Amino acid sequence: MIEKQGRFVLVMAFLVFLLFAGLVINANTGTVSIPAADVFRMTFEGLRLHITDLFTAGKYKSELDSVINADTSSQILFRIRLPRVFLAALLGGALSVSGYLLQVFFRNPIAGPFVLGISSGAKMVVGIALIFLIPHSAVNGSFSLMIASFIGSLLITMLVLLFSQKVKSMSMLLVVGIMVGYICSAVTDFCITFANDHDVINLTNWSMGSFSGANWEQVRTALRICIPGFLASFLLSKPVSAYLLSEAYAASMGVPVKAFRIVLLLVSSMLSACVTAIAGPISFVGIAVPHIARILLKSSKPNNLIPTVFLSGAVFCIFCDLIARTLFSPVELKIGTVTSVFGAPIVIYLMIKRHSGEKK
Amino acid sequence: MESLLSTKDLAVGYNRKILINGINISLEKGKILTLIGPNGAGKSTVLKTITRQLQSVSGNIFIGSQLINNIPGKDFARQTAVVLTERIHPELMTCAELVAMGRYPYTNIFGSLSEHDKSVVTSSLERVHALDLAEKDFSTLSDGQRQRIMLARAICQEPEIIVLDEPTAYLDIRYKIELLSILRDMTREQGTAVVMSLHEIDLAMKISDEILCLDGERITAYGSPDMIYSSHEIERLFDLQSGSYNLLFGSVELPKTEGKPEVFVIAGNGKGTPLFRKLQRQGIPFAAGILFENDVDCQTADVLSIEVVKTPAFHPISDDVIRKAAEIISGCRYVLDAGTDYGTFSRAKNILLDHAEKNGIPIMDKLKGTN
Repeated sequence: MIEKQGRFVLVMAFLVFLLFAGLVINANTGTVSIPAADVFRMTFEGLRLHITDLFTAGKYKSELDSVINADTSSQILFRIRLPRVFLAALLGGALSVSGYLLQVFFRNPIAGPFVLGISSGAKMVVGIALIFLIPHSAVNGSFSLMIASFIGSLLITMLVLLFSQKVKSMSMLLVVGIMVGYICSAVTDFCITFANDHDVINLTNWSMGSFSGANWEQVRTALRICIPGFLASFLLSKPVSAYLLSEAYAASMGVPVKAFRIVLLLVSSMLSACVTAIAGPISFVGIAVPHIARILLKSSKPNNLIPTVFLSGAVFCIFCDLIARTLFSPVELKIGTVTSVFGAPIVIYLMIKRHSGEKK
Repeated sequence: MESLLSTKDLAVGYNRKILINGINISLEKGKILTLIGPNGAGKSTVLKTITRQLQSVSGNIFIGSQLINNIPGKDFARQTAVVLTERIHPELMTCAELVAMGRYPYTNIFGSLSEHDKSVVTSSLERVHALDLAEKDFSTLSDGQRQRIMLARAICQEPEIIVLDEPTAYLDIRYKIELLSILRDMTREQGTAVVMSLHEIDLAMKISDEILCLDGERITAYGSPDMIYSSHEIERLFDLQSGSYNLLFGSVELPKTEGKPEVFVIAGNGKGTPLFRKLQRQGIPFAAGILFENDVDCQTADVLSIEVVKTPAFHPISDDVIRKAAEIISGCRYVLDAGTDYGTFSRAKNILLDHAEKNGIPIMDKLKGTN
């Protein structure tokens, strides 16, 4: 037991190091490369001034602005790269935890918001909202996107849940999820056909799934949802551990199973909805990262695994995003293109492993 | 003694439909209650109802004097632990971690284990003789080891009652005996009460303090194994031909071959039984004698042979009995000598062999492969 705890600390330290390295590399790489030393200096200065500004009720605002607007590289750093890398880290972590919770819920190692069609469901409702509702209402755009995305996620989760009671096999559930995803895409396409060009451009940009154009406002929104979502997941780790045995065993140990299942789904939907609303559907992160975390940790103890999943997701996404925007620079790839390349093979591996296990 | 678990006019079933009603049981500390009955008799339904996995249709279940439906989930978990039939597949989980899950109702919101919790995990593993498995991955274990770990998990919950649904399923005979001995020791030493269902009636008769017989519609008998044994309830419950299941030893015999006896087996001292079974397999009707009533051959001959010539134990064999055996031999095509030889029996045997020879009936001392 002690040895395992040591491994957890080690893995976390390793991930924190990778995260930190990722942040720096992301910040200094691009068409304009900023030396790492400058990144440190400017970030530190910016952070110091921002905090003092917060505690002195805005007295240092002008100094902060002057640091941000000092030159081109500082503007690129503060206005483009830093928000983008923070957003990628946060949303990657959130998506991974969301996928992990779904895997627990469906007792299925290849469950995830994307393959189960949940992301597509969110996209569908967001599409409908973008085309038919938001242009005609006065409400704040990003907020209503978030709500729409949440409704879509929850709706499809319920639908898949309904099917999951009929199909017991893991691969069948996956097929059902993919089909549901196609239906949602069809509905989205149908809506696009009848939408005007301006809305379609909005929707297409968004549905490509990308962290480009990230700003501090989005980071703040993501923080407000992801951090509580992550904390809630972490607090669920004790009932999750009991639920890993089976529903009946969990109930016998005093887990209020019905309430637990509802909370689990709500938290998972909230996290994936937040990601979908801000960055669009991102494939395979939700499935692949929990497995990478398990392999790293060699344990499935939820109170260790959930933080590991979050950090691994953050690291995974910032590096995928780095590849997406630098590999064919200045052309930028969809983040989903990169995550699929790394994520899909993991799913195939899991299916094969599982299949040979079933035969035994 | 106050009963730990009791039910009053309990009716169980699914979707408000009664499967079995009129269940009135009462179990004391340290006792083992076993549910037996054919497949589909409702054993699991009863077990699920008393562990609150299933809502009772009517009637009440008490732990001590408390109605179980009024007990908060966490407290109930401290009183009752289960070992279920479903097989679990946790990944990357060591046995110690799995057993530690039993501490669930005692740990804080993060599930962190105190020194006391850890010592309970160790002692639970010790109880099932699985301390050496502690750091092994659960998924790599054999069925027998898994079942012991699942029992350790239940023990680790420190309940007053452990409910097990067919704990011996999937286990080979060695593990069955091992598991049941662990249960017996645990009830005796810790005063834990056990409620379980078993398919092995013979083992149930040996381990249980009380037995509840169900047949899918009602409770057909409830009482001590002695009572159940003398009431011949088991034969009725499982629709067994009289005697084909020997409850005293738990041995099973296949149905006998009917017809006029073709072979007379001179048996005794247990030497006849393998021959009886061989004849049964080959479909040859036979008679057997002369058997003392306390001879094991007598038990099997009763079930397998058409006719048995018996004589009271510890008494010389009377001439009447020998005459009766000789009469049956006259009607047979062969005499089979199982090779029993001792004291007064040899005298009777020699008379019978002489009789057969005089009548031209072939005597064999072993059975050929085919007839």
